[in-house]
Order: sequence, then structure tokens, then C-alpha cells
Amino acid sequence: MKVKVLYLASLREQLGKPGEDLEVSPATSTVAGLRTLLMARGGAWQTALAQGKALRVAVNQEMAQPTTAVKPGDEIAFFPPVTGG
Amino acid sequence: MPVRIQTKDFDAGAEIAALRRDNPKVGAVASFIGLCRDANDGTAVTKMTLEHYPGMTEKALEKIVSEAKRRWDVMEVLIVHRVGELKPADQIVLVVVTGAHRGEAFAACEFVMDYLKTRAPFWKKEETPQGARWVEARASDDEAAQRWEPPKSSAA
Repeated sequence: MKVKVLYLASLREQLGKPGEDLEVSPATSTVAGLRTLLMARGGAWQTALAQGKALRVAVNQEMAQPTTAVKPGDEIAFFPPVTGG
Repeated sequence: MPVRIQTKDFDAGAEIAALRRDNPKVGAVASFIGLCRDANDGTAVTKMTLEHYPGMTEKALEKIVSEAKRRWDVMEVLIVHRVGELKPADQIVLVVVTGAHRGEAFAACEFVMDYLKTRAPFWKKEETPQGARWVEARASDDEAAQRWEPPKSSAA
């Protein structure tokens, strides 16, 4: 299935790109699954997305949890904890 | 619009006047303005760039406004948040709440800021004499937001 993935703020700089359209296996059905898939690329991906790193994820522009489902056409954004205001 | 993201500065007086215009039932206006400081964590800050997640930002802020109106007896809630390049002393964010009485307006205003700090997708990058750095989220901001969480037993 096709999904749109975004990397924001410091994560975009660490990964060297603002986002990408990905074709993932339907087995990658959750946010945690997608994170694991991206980490498997190694290098900066493994470091920046490592478990224990303070990361937030939004699915279709709503805050999500590791268990949140990922469906075809979804927009999944990875970003650091927010610092506005 | 109760929520605006913009690069340009804002005039708090004009915003407040517009928000309470033609409504003689307003007895209280509570407001908060966040400013860009010239130092953070002991290091001078010469410039700041604010980035956000267009689309999600507006939704997140509108949700916070709705929640504030649900929890407190207030009339209008306005959030104006700037993005882009800012200098020390520049205004960053404005929250205005109107209501009949001050208690509800003060509480709703503080709630909006606490939730904005932890739930709205904005990120600050500071320029310092040692180079640029992303601002780290503070545990104290999470704690401030948690004050407003409903008791666990009532969670759905």
C-alpha cells in the first residue's frame, strides 16, 4: 500500500529529507511497524528513530500512538516533541 | 477565525477590541502574549526560526479552542501564533479569552497555553553565538499540561 511519510523539524535535518511517498507491505499496519521498517535502513535512520528517542507521530494530522493503525493513503508524520508558544 | 498562523506581527489591542466588539455581555478579557527572549539555557539567542506542520497546526489549535470552550463558561477564544524568523523581544503568540467573569477566562487562557505548548506542532530553532540549535521540549511544560487532565477514572 502507498503512504505519505513526513519528517519535521530536527528529524528532517537528521534524515536529510522532508518526506517521501512509500510503498509498504500491508503487514506494516501500525505506526510502530512503520518506524521499525524505517529504522532498518540503518545509519541516521536507525539513530534518529531509535526506541527511547523522544519522538511524536501524527497520522492524518492527528496525534497517534505506536499502536495506531496505518492504512493506504495515510499521511504519517514523525517529529520531535513540540516547542511552540 | 479563532485560530491564525502568520508570519507578520499582531496588535493585541486591536485583536481584543475586535473579539469583544458588539458584545456587552463580556465582563472579562484574559490574554497572554509569549515573547522571544534574548537568552535560553544560559546562552545568548540572536534569532529564532519557528517551523510548524501546516494543516495539523490549525486542527490542533482549533481542537484546543473547542476543549477550552467545553470546559469553561467563556465566550470567545482567539489564538494567533507567528512562524518564520523572529528576533529577541518579538511577539510569538497571543491568546485572548472573553467571558462574563474573570475566573473562567483566566483558567481557560492558561489551559490554552499549556495545551498549545505540548500539543500544537510548532518547533523553535535558535541562532546562538555557538551556532544554531533546536529548542528541547521541557518536562515542566508537560507537567503544566498534565494539571488539566481529567482524573484517570473518568477517561473513556
